[in-house]
Amino acid sequence: MASETAAPVVLTRARRKTTVPAGERITGGVSQAVLIVCAAVVVLPFLWTFMSSFKTSKQVLQSPFTLPDTLHFENYVNAWTQAGIGTFFVNTLIVVGGALVLTMVMGSMCAYFLARFRFIGNRAIYLLMVAGLTFPIFLAIVPLFFILKGLGLLGTLPGLAITYSAFALPFTVFFMVPFFRALPASVTEAAAIDGAGEWRTFFSIMVPMARPAISTLAILNFVGLWNQFLLPVALNPDQSKYVLTQGMAAFAGTAGYSIDFGALFAAVVMTILPVLIVYLVFQRALSGSVVIGADK
Amino acid sequence: MTGIAPTLPTAGGPSRAARWRRKNLTVDKVSFAAVFLGVPLLVYVVLVLSPFVQAVGYSLTSWSGFDASTPFVGLANYVKAFTDDDFVQAVQNSVTLVLVLPIAIIAAALALASLVTIGGSSSGPVRGVKGGEFYRVLLFFPYIIPAIAVGIMWNQIYDPSNGLLNGILTAVGLNGFASYPWLGDARTAMIATMFVMFWASVGFYVVIFVAAIKALPAEIFEAARLDGAGRFRIATRITVPMLRANIRTSLIYTGIFSLDAFVFMSALNAGGGPQNSTLVISQELFKTAFTKGQFGYACAMGVVLAAITLLFAGVVFLVDRLTGGREDLTEE
Repeated sequence: MASETAAPVVLTRARRKTTVPAGERITGGVSQAVLIVCAAVVVLPFLWTFMSSFKTSKQVLQSPFTLPDTLHFENYVNAWTQAGIGTFFVNTLIVVGGALVLTMVMGSMCAYFLARFRFIGNRAIYLLMVAGLTFPIFLAIVPLFFILKGLGLLGTLPGLAITYSAFALPFTVFFMVPFFRALPASVTEAAAIDGAGEWRTFFSIMVPMARPAISTLAILNFVGLWNQFLLPVALNPDQSKYVLTQGMAAFAGTAGYSIDFGALFAAVVMTILPVLIVYLVFQRALSGSVVIGADK
Repeated sequence: MTGIAPTLPTAGGPSRAARWRRKNLTVDKVSFAAVFLGVPLLVYVVLVLSPFVQAVGYSLTSWSGFDASTPFVGLANYVKAFTDDDFVQAVQNSVTLVLVLPIAIIAAALALASLVTIGGSSSGPVRGVKGGEFYRVLLFFPYIIPAIAVGIMWNQIYDPSNGLLNGILTAVGLNGFASYPWLGDARTAMIATMFVMFWASVGFYVVIFVAAIKALPAEIFEAARLDGAGRFRIATRITVPMLRANIRTSLIYTGIFSLDAFVFMSALNAGGGPQNSTLVISQELFKTAFTKGQFGYACAMGVVLAAITLLFAGVVFLVDRLTGGREDLTEE
């Protein structure tokens, strides 16, 4: 046994040594070097921002490399209270939380219906939904402003949440339809024979079966909703109701040099942190779900 | 059997789905359809679909938004747009972005994905470079953090005197950059902005391409290598043609991303940059609508933006068709 397995290994090694010259090691080294440089370009800005978030404005203006003399945690306090990041954070949690629930409930219901029931117009509705993925949102933004105004939802957190979820629907339906279509029909038939109605079948059979798809889409939607920028900037003019992204823009835009740089860096760190945590915790599931998207 | 709601599958693809018959309608089913299809559809039509349609209508009016009057002006807004120097500049900048960024992002993403998946040592099985998985996770990270945070961070990095970039450049002896304003000089503002957008999005496409390459049968790479193909040749002659469908979709998405660019511009040069060198359509539209209150005119700008988006998608499909032909290895 041992000799049988050992022999080919030796053989391949020998062949590689003769056919692939020293260039092999150089190519390998270059590949590694390229990736290391890329990794540094990704990581350095974050590390620098993190370090700067502990400096005073004066130290920030001194040199990009001076280390903070002590960890100025007051930057975080200032950003949270004076710059209003705390309020924006809470608003964001409300809007994104509400929008996420709405998106997942409406998206999976709609996708389920489109995937598993045949009726006239099914295909047309599906295409209409998917078309929403490609329109530039800027075309819609002006009429949308007045629609929300007419509904009395302009500048309100619930109005913002429902708008977020309306714009997240196409993406959610697009990815959920193939998933529901792939679930075996026998399950619904068995449920029907056992006397379960449509509602029951969906909530006690389909939703549990679709949990992997629902949870990965929830993560992707969370990131997307958290990062939403144009919708709040255009539709949420009241400063007390700002969400994080628009609050950040307002904070950074206030005034060139009178700005509290330490607090600005701290605010950036606090905006990044929630998504970083979600990403690191669910990283595996997230990459997996991108694979689903890559097929189409 | 006939009393049971979802009829048994007949034949073919979507046959699994139940067919609805009028005589079978019960309270359960009607309420189910109303809520499951009706509610999401209503929200979608009111908040997403109807604004798009209305925008086209508004673009033909000189509506100011403050009263109900929407005076019809025909194509006057479009004529005005293309005689407006700022808007023409914005269109040029947006077109520059959409011509440069998608290709740069996709090319770099393909190269990195190839390194991560098939760039490894050419002895033994085909594999990526050491730690490929780690790089894939790391490179994806900029994509998930809010674009506004990315923009603000890079605005600080580009800062002429306190920024990280000039700090590094002077530290390695390039003193000419001691206080060079990357975002404040019309020669570099656009390139610096493009780099930030590139930085923020390339990782996403690396992940997509890594997944797609891993889905390809490994024998293809083994066979190519036995035939003496090197890593570069494998990447250009095998990976790229086989990922044709993914590349096409990714190009269209990066195109939409490049034509928007609003967040990045807001963070890096909110006013349009030195000599309007980074002014894009979306910024001009936003300003026209929400600070000038010229809603009809802003909608016309939106239609122009949508038209450019469609044109870009059309070009991508056309090029794909022209270069693909029968050599197309994908299943589509």
